[in-house]
Amino acid sequence: MAINVLHHGLATTIQDLGRPGYFHLGIPIGGAMDRYAMRAANLLVGNDEGAAGLEAVFLGPKLEFTEDAVVAVTGADMPVKVDDVLQPGWTAFRVKAGQTLSFDFLKSGARIYIAVSGGIDVPEALGSRSTYPIGALGGYKGRALAAGDVLPVGQARAAGKGLTVDESLRRKPAEPAALRVLPGLYWDRLTDEAKQSFFADEWKVAPEADRMGYRFRGGRKLSFVDRDQPFGAGSDPSNIVDSCYPYGSIQVPGGTEPIILHRDAVSGGGYFMVGTVISADMDLIGQLQPHTPTRFVEVTMEEALAARAEEGKRLEALRTAIATSA
Amino acid sequence: MPTRYSFGGDEHLFVECSDEMSLEAFFKSLSMAKGVRESRIRGVTEICPANASFQIKFDPDVIKPDDVLKEVQAIEGAAERAEPVIRTRIVEIPVFYSDPWTHETLMRFRERHQDPDGTDLDYAARINGYDAVADFVAAHSGSPWFVSMVGFVAGLPFMYQMVERQRQIEVPKYLRPRTDTPKLTVGHGGCFGCIYSVRGAGGYQMFGITPMPIFDPTQTTSYLRDFMVFFRPGDIVKFKPIDRDAYDQAVEDVDRGRFAPPIRDVSFDLREFQKGIAGYNTKLEGVLNGH
Repeated sequence: MAINVLHHGLATTIQDLGRPGYFHLGIPIGGAMDRYAMRAANLLVGNDEGAAGLEAVFLGPKLEFTEDAVVAVTGADMPVKVDDVLQPGWTAFRVKAGQTLSFDFLKSGARIYIAVSGGIDVPEALGSRSTYPIGALGGYKGRALAAGDVLPVGQARAAGKGLTVDESLRRKPAEPAALRVLPGLYWDRLTDEAKQSFFADEWKVAPEADRMGYRFRGGRKLSFVDRDQPFGAGSDPSNIVDSCYPYGSIQVPGGTEPIILHRDAVSGGGYFMVGTVISADMDLIGQLQPHTPTRFVEVTMEEALAARAEEGKRLEALRTAIATSA
Repeated sequence: MPTRYSFGGDEHLFVECSDEMSLEAFFKSLSMAKGVRESRIRGVTEICPANASFQIKFDPDVIKPDDVLKEVQAIEGAAERAEPVIRTRIVEIPVFYSDPWTHETLMRFRERHQDPDGTDLDYAARINGYDAVADFVAAHSGSPWFVSMVGFVAGLPFMYQMVERQRQIEVPKYLRPRTDTPKLTVGHGGCFGCIYSVRGAGGYQMFGITPMPIFDPTQTTSYLRDFMVFFRPGDIVKFKPIDRDAYDQAVEDVDRGRFAPPIRDVSFDLREFQKGIAGYNTKLEGVLNGH
């Protein structure tokens, strides 16, 4: 069983739930930016949640199947077609040998997840099939897909078509998007005025938004508490002695444009960080398009943990719903 | 300065041993990171040492953030009392300074540089008080460096030179980052040296290039078969200036699988080092050369 890539879309990569354990060597966790959507797609087609599928951003690929398969597409709202016949999103459907899976234009969100029964069966690299293009690691030859690629597919388990994820279990960013942030790290480098404006202002996703990080524009420039820069930190007030960067951390080079690091994050560097997007909201970032108005919402650790528990419950409800209807 | 703790969201604890760079701060962060690793705190999934700080990733479904904090704080005292001695390795890295590839690149991005009329080496030599590039290269390659952090991208070493603070090389990063840097460029930004493990964007000044791959996802390079990343925090690096012929020969040796970087096991004692830096570095070089 294989899939022929007829068109690669814009940037389509093989992803799973990532490659933990190597960030201390600069190799990021990677994996689906919207992990919940990836898990859902896999569960719909009878795969383990961590099976490898495809992540496509803004534009879907065109894929030809050499054998019958069950497929599900989750994440962003992008019409799905099998030989030009529309298929529902967040729902398992059958694709027959020789048929072509394609997509219409994106309606909302940013990334779709395509799961195929059996999973994309490229070799694992450091325990994961996720693509890390900077390191030419994992995925399909360490890079995004290109027309002409042939993707191996694993052995499918029994998977029925028609399984669906109820609307109530799908998650979408609010409008404007709200990302909850725990202030910290180098937060106290900011003046009180900057601390206030960071959360008060409306920001917009900049065009420079990818798997490594999402940049934002439009809020007021942040001002810094005066200090003599520490030895080794560099002369700009936003510089620090190079440190590790948490996933979700928000750096603001020069105090102008916040950048949230995501799954393919650089592991460290010399820019101060104002805080970190909480784990419960990381998936949402992957569904933000450029120009999306966004607010940063200050939360406490207790609120972060409560939000995480809530997302845990949503995932449990998804698992139960699929297990009971399968 | 006291160690500073801060949470990076609900999954990370950031521990800053000092806000300024020094070998003492590096040793404390390395020692604490090691202590945390050895204490095998339940729910801690990853420990990332950095130059003067480190970061812990944990699973808050397994351990409460406040409990991680308490456990790590308990380790701090022991780390401070620990002997500042590490077992590590010293490795010699050949460098072709003023090579044509970084030269082509730095000319291509000249308008993003502080000194559009010179080269990165000219500029770095001048602002660090060296009369000639040759003197600067002699300083750069004359004393060893600690790998104080591995990261940014896959396998990239940050290095801190083992000399007195007044002799540290300091240069600003490019005014605007380049979109391209040759693979294996030897660079410098702030007080840190680096080797670009892969081709890509970068803002450090570019001094030369090494023929020695340090990251190989295919794991076909002879000395990277066991693991694809060469460097580890705590490694000691000594640069050896080479010319074009030696560079070409080394590249051929790498291709034929017979390049073997000189590596020796060594013990490093920070207190002994501080008693006499030049003498200690000479001894380290002796170990490297098999004396």
